[in-house]
Amino acid sequence: MSSKIYDCIELIGNRIIENKEFLTELDREIGDADHGINMARGFTEVLNVLDKDSEDIGALLKKTGMTLLSKVGGASGPLYGTAYMQAGKVCAGKTELSAEDGKEIFEAVIAGIQKRGKAEKGEKTMLDAIIPAYESYSTAIENGVSAEEALGIMCVAAEDGVEFTKTIIATKGRASYLGERSIGHQDPGATSATITMEAIRDFVKG
Amino acid sequence: MKKLINGVDNVVDEMLRGMAAAHPEYVERVEGTDVMIRTGAKKTDKVVLISGGGSGHEPAHGGFVGKGMLDGAVAGAVFTSPTPDQVYEAIKATECGKGALLIIKNYTGDVMNFEMAADMASDEDIEVDKVIVADDVAVENSTWTTGRRGIAGTIFVHKIAGAKAEEGASLAEVKAVAEKVIANVRSMGMGIEPCTVPAVGKPGFELEDDEVEIGIGIHGEPGTHKEKISTAAATVDQMLGKILAEGIYGKGDKVAVMVNGMGATPLSELYICNLEVSKILADKGIIVAKTLVGNFMTSLEMAGFSITLLKLDDELETLLNAPADTPAFTQF
Repeated sequence: MSSKIYDCIELIGNRIIENKEFLTELDREIGDADHGINMARGFTEVLNVLDKDSEDIGALLKKTGMTLLSKVGGASGPLYGTAYMQAGKVCAGKTELSAEDGKEIFEAVIAGIQKRGKAEKGEKTMLDAIIPAYESYSTAIENGVSAEEALGIMCVAAEDGVEFTKTIIATKGRASYLGERSIGHQDPGATSATITMEAIRDFVKG
Repeated sequence: MKKLINGVDNVVDEMLRGMAAAHPEYVERVEGTDVMIRTGAKKTDKVVLISGGGSGHEPAHGGFVGKGMLDGAVAGAVFTSPTPDQVYEAIKATECGKGALLIIKNYTGDVMNFEMAADMASDEDIEVDKVIVADDVAVENSTWTTGRRGIAGTIFVHKIAGAKAEEGASLAEVKAVAEKVIANVRSMGMGIEPCTVPAVGKPGFELEDDEVEIGIGIHGEPGTHKEKISTAAATVDQMLGKILAEGIYGKGDKVAVMVNGMGATPLSELYICNLEVSKILADKGIIVAKTLVGNFMTSLEMAGFSITLLKLDDELETLLNAPADTPAFTQF
């Protein structure tokens, strides 16, 4: 029997690996065609090195972040690496998470990504999925919605965020070199972030 | 996809091993890493220069490791920036107390990974500084974008900062001369055939038989626009025009020129392009003090080329002409 947190990370990893070609194709259109390949390489290694039995959520998330940082490269490596390490910090010593913890994780992840990537919402990046997802999730939690329902609401906002990235010009990352030619294409980073959130939703739903 | 490889997952490792086997007198690989360093590094007693980036740009960057240029080069996956731990290994393997200068091409991923490595080195009390090369005029320079890309002009930074470090200059002095090169170097590229990343298996963009892609970077990514192919002269005229519009290069100025192949361009075509470059510069009264023609910063098997101009003052000219001895660039 593996721990719950391991199972959750495993589901995220498998979803990313399954979407390797889809993410790479999105990146081929507006970037340099490596997002899926790099993320899949990173999560393959994550699933190799994680301690399946550990229930220490903070430790597993931190290890995930460190592994992504040293295996992914490109912009995604530092950004996802930072995101998981920041999440790990919030969860240090924890073996289970509340809906409220979810909000704190979001805040730490967003702050970490913004510090490393120096991006804001509306620049056609992963933040265009993550920030609206956070806002919808927080509002839902504050209104007393169950964690499971809040995660559903979160994913709808993330998916809308991905759609929104099709309508805007990239001003960060390699897609920014395309200027107006980036319009009409969805952002690969926002897409992989949404795949991650959907995996978390599906894991909690069981 | 047709490539001379043994498997898409082995490309970087086997390329580095092959390079180390070819040039043991110049480079060795740091065991367990994708880092190439000068053979017998750590005995240099000077500021060390580290560069790198995704693979697929050969001879950059490992080919420029050697006397008068780089001390270490870090190879990422094809067209993917290397990770911070690898860059840190390069610093640790070469730095000998005088500090390290990281020469970074301006891509979001490269900047983030190299900066994280610099943080790791600083935590170990290693003196590290960095410069970011952003010479590509195809990209508009605006506060609303990531800024210009670093492309072939990076080679001039390697050469000139490398010569300065070889003289025994301090980290601050080496950085200052690297910044001077960056302020005075501009490039622009174009492709007539795309390239294919081995792990992807298909080209980064598609072109009709009579189409070219103007303003490409060095990662097989699309450029600023497609257009119908025209003559070498008209193509050079357009690209050089964009570089000259920067207003850096004027009548009576001395420049160095690089006509750089993207990987699959015959040297004959590069020389034809250089002829046009030299004609236009002569017309403008700009003095060409040195010309490099060849494959320096490639993009796998892409066909196409880039033009780079560097304005020289006495210091830059002297350092550019100083000796260098590396697998891909040697002068006496």
